[in-house]
Amino acid sequence: MIATTGAGALLIIACMALVTLLVRFGGVFIMGLIPLNRRVEGFINGMAGSVLVAVLVPIALQADTAGRLALLATAVMMFWLRKPMPAIALGIAVAALYRAV
Amino acid sequence: MSTPVAPALSFAECRRGFWRLLPLSLFVAAFGAAFGLAAVQAGLQPVEIVVMSATVFAGTAQFAALDLWGAQVPLVPLLVTTLAINARMLLMGATLYPWLALVPPRRRYASLITLSDANWAMALNDLQSGRNTLGALVGGGLAIWLTWLAGTLAGMVFGGLIADPRAFGVDMVLGCFMLSMALAGRRTLRTVAAWVAGGVAAWAALRWLPANTHVVAGGLAGGLVGALWLEREP
Repeated sequence: MIATTGAGALLIIACMALVTLLVRFGGVFIMGLIPLNRRVEGFINGMAGSVLVAVLVPIALQADTAGRLALLATAVMMFWLRKPMPAIALGIAVAALYRAV
Repeated sequence: MSTPVAPALSFAECRRGFWRLLPLSLFVAAFGAAFGLAAVQAGLQPVEIVVMSATVFAGTAQFAALDLWGAQVPLVPLLVTTLAINARMLLMGATLYPWLALVPPRRRYASLITLSDANWAMALNDLQSGRNTLGALVGGGLAIWLTWLAGTLAGMVFGGLIADPRAFGVDMVLGCFMLSMALAGRRTLRTVAAWVAGGVAAWAALRWLPANTHVVAGGLAGGLVGALWLEREP
């Protein structure tokens, strides 16, 4: 336990910042120790897309109807135009409009 | 996938990345405002709140720290929680390795200082689609860092006066952005299989594993699919 009086709080924050920085550096550092072969490249490639999906899962699960319609609109626009910015803009607009009505 | 040429990291590329991610940073500002307000209510001093947002720069971990905050803070549980929540950054950093390995070490690690969800996703999308630049990672990271800090300050100063961001759909910006990045990439049967494995694992982790493990679980599951199901030899 560390008291949050005086410099204690800043010390705690500094420890948090250090841990977070080490994690930011850690992935690249660890990969530097592993020889890059086809299996490892396959692992990295598989991980790249699935991290995106894993970030999305709770967002989609916890979203209300407006949020889910926003995701649907984004997906439709991405299949149609394949341009992220209009797709995101439409998604946000759909959520805002649905909640306004 | 590995390119022989090191990805560009010029000032112009970073400036472009900054402006590409700035509009998306709206959600970061809203999230930051919520953090600023919550931190004031948790009893943190203004200087401490600003220093935390500036140096930790990881929203979910910062909110978790508020839960443990009091006259005394248990340091080890706080750091373990921080590590667990931010472990997804290990995977994100690792996915950038094939390109970052081509950059000199000092620049390689310096460009990871502002690594977070949105600038990672945009940078990876650029690199995978042949745009050999780290502009989105560095410039976009700076945009997110600045808006996170500005949002935190706004939340501390104005608190509850800020209009509900949900009314403007701001809470869905990250979700729509991540979805568009997933769909913008090249799709093969392999990548879709990795998505499905990652999605199922993330869902299972949300249900049965401790909180905040879902991204790591999903990433590792998708990685396994990628490692076991290799593309045909060229």
